[in-house]
Amino acid sequence: MAHETPVHSDDLSLGDRLNAVAAWPVRVLFGLLDTPFRALQRLLGIGRMPYIFLLPNLAFFGIFVIVPLIINFAFSVTGGDELFLSERPYVGGEQYSYLADCGSYLDPQSCREDRFWRGIYNTVVFVFFQVAFMVLFSLVTALILNREIRGRGFFRAAFFFPVLLSPVVVALIWKWILLRDGVLNAGLTSIGLDRILFFVDPTWSMFWAIFVSIWAHMGFYTLILLAGLQAIPPDLYEAAEMDGTRRERVFWRITLPLLWPNLLVVVVLALIKAVQIFDEVFVLTGGGPGTATQFIVQYIYTTGFANQVQNFGLAAAASVVLGVVLFVLTLVQLAASRRKEDG
Amino acid sequence: MADTQTVSGRGIGGMLTARRGGASWHWTDIFTYVYLTLGVCLMFGPVLWLALSSFKTPAGLQEFPPTLLPLGQIEIQVDGYEKPLPLYKVTMEDGSVRELAQVRRIGIIAQMVDPADPETSIKVPIASREPIREFRVAWENYTKPLERFNFLNYLNNSVIVTVVATIVTLLINSMAAFGLAIYEFKGRNAVMLFVIGTLMIPITIILVPAYLVVTQLNMVNTLWAVILPGAATPTGVFLLRQYMLTLPRDLIEAARMDKASEWAIYWRIVLPLSLPAIAVLAIFSVMWRWNDFLWPLVVLNRSEVYTLQIGLNAFQGELDVQWHYVLAMTVVTLIPVALVFAFLQRFITTGIASTGMK
Repeated sequence: MAHETPVHSDDLSLGDRLNAVAAWPVRVLFGLLDTPFRALQRLLGIGRMPYIFLLPNLAFFGIFVIVPLIINFAFSVTGGDELFLSERPYVGGEQYSYLADCGSYLDPQSCREDRFWRGIYNTVVFVFFQVAFMVLFSLVTALILNREIRGRGFFRAAFFFPVLLSPVVVALIWKWILLRDGVLNAGLTSIGLDRILFFVDPTWSMFWAIFVSIWAHMGFYTLILLAGLQAIPPDLYEAAEMDGTRRERVFWRITLPLLWPNLLVVVVLALIKAVQIFDEVFVLTGGGPGTATQFIVQYIYTTGFANQVQNFGLAAAASVVLGVVLFVLTLVQLAASRRKEDG
Repeated sequence: MADTQTVSGRGIGGMLTARRGGASWHWTDIFTYVYLTLGVCLMFGPVLWLALSSFKTPAGLQEFPPTLLPLGQIEIQVDGYEKPLPLYKVTMEDGSVRELAQVRRIGIIAQMVDPADPETSIKVPIASREPIREFRVAWENYTKPLERFNFLNYLNNSVIVTVVATIVTLLINSMAAFGLAIYEFKGRNAVMLFVIGTLMIPITIILVPAYLVVTQLNMVNTLWAVILPGAATPTGVFLLRQYMLTLPRDLIEAARMDKASEWAIYWRIVLPLSLPAIAVLAIFSVMWRWNDFLWPLVVLNRSEVYTLQIGLNAFQGELDVQWHYVLAMTVVTLIPVALVFAFLQRFITTGIASTGMK
């Protein structure tokens, strides 16, 4: 991908000038900060300077991540519809038992908070198919992009670019195709089939939710697997070729075992992402038809923010449940990457 | 990166595509090219279709089956009618062909008038008429939203959020990374563990309490509510720190000998040397902020403070969606990302491949 354009002396001087212009405010800002920091250093000594450097980051992190993480529990054990904790009565595990109140766990209809369970069921279905096909397609694409093909840079870019698109853009691109009068239905009618109202049919909606999210994120996992494939020493393949080993055998005996640690990381990363599915599908289907593509994060969002009556306690309890799931997955991920480093 | 890939790629690829003495093609050779062709169509097709459609007039967009190029039906002003009427080529019962304007359609019968003679109305079956099209690029899809809606406002908000958030992120993350990479101090491992441990706390699980914090700080419906909470990214600290660890220590020791302050070491020595890593983080940060959705959706409830993504979502969620504007706005939203991709793809892919994060 290296673009080797000849560098003209004119461009260089222009670039330098631009750089100088861009660097000027930076230099002024950091220069102004020099005096107070020098004073701090004299006051505290070099030994304490790392804490000063860490302070802004940790302060932001504490205020916007750690403090919320702690008060999430406080929200989940208090009731009422007030936002401020001091005005919320303590209710203990009521929110959790409300969420868990089910006639039968296999039937969301029988639950008191059926939307929560519907969200969980939809998420499980989504995660299962999305992760399975995501990993399959990423693997096939990575294997193909790893071959000696003409224009490999172009093909790699083609599979990667949707990763950078915003979820809203991704959803709108596909919504435009899948509408009742969209180009896909035009294609269907031109070969003599009936139009399909994709967003009215629950199964089709779920299919497209899975399809679109794979389309958008596949490039990311392909890239990780491609890096893994390229780390496999070429002499292994050369040796196999000397022995005249069949290609299928090379794949099962060399490629797959050596790629396994990367594959494991990809599976877990994809799981962590898939469990939190929200943006694309929310814009694409709005969770519909009915609640057919409503996932757990959308449940948290609507319960806490979008509904007429905002139920912060219930939303917080649901996010604690989600948090526990993600925590477990993260532990698995850490174990997987440790195995990768060891292997 | 490019070089190592070609080298190792030749080893593997050469083995895979080797054909002994002109032996027949392996099925994977054919599969590769079929897969790549289909793949490219599937990846680029939808985006191209969006871009093409965004230049069509509302009448052109309503056509079914849709046309590939922005062809719009010609509409003409007829005396006695307020709105311009669509023009059709109609095959009359006697076999003659006339150009008529359609007044309205009732079931399978269309009521038409001759533009030259607007008084008499002619009823024809709809099957006998065919729209007259012309090639017309609807630039107004792009220009109108700028004047009529808050679109310019959204664009402005998105740019402010992206730029300010990226600057704040780069500053505080590089400071933290410097602290963690250069010094040996008490609690360093604890902080590092903390950073790695929180790498995986997504906004989705702290939505409600983070909203409370932002409310308490009086930041709801301000752009600060979007900018500040995501500024301290563990990903950024991690990425920069790993890079700074590779810098030679002698440089720093030499600077200390010359009585440089720690702050000067940070911004005059370490920061310029870490520019490659900072560039990667800057690109990531721009992408994160430009594309951010869930959190802005929660904290921005007033149209004046909407970012592009939120504005676009509100616009496409309206009861009567004005697709010609939505499509054009989507293309505009896509452009910065396309530019970043076109020029900086190498940085992004290297960044992802080396950190496993995005």
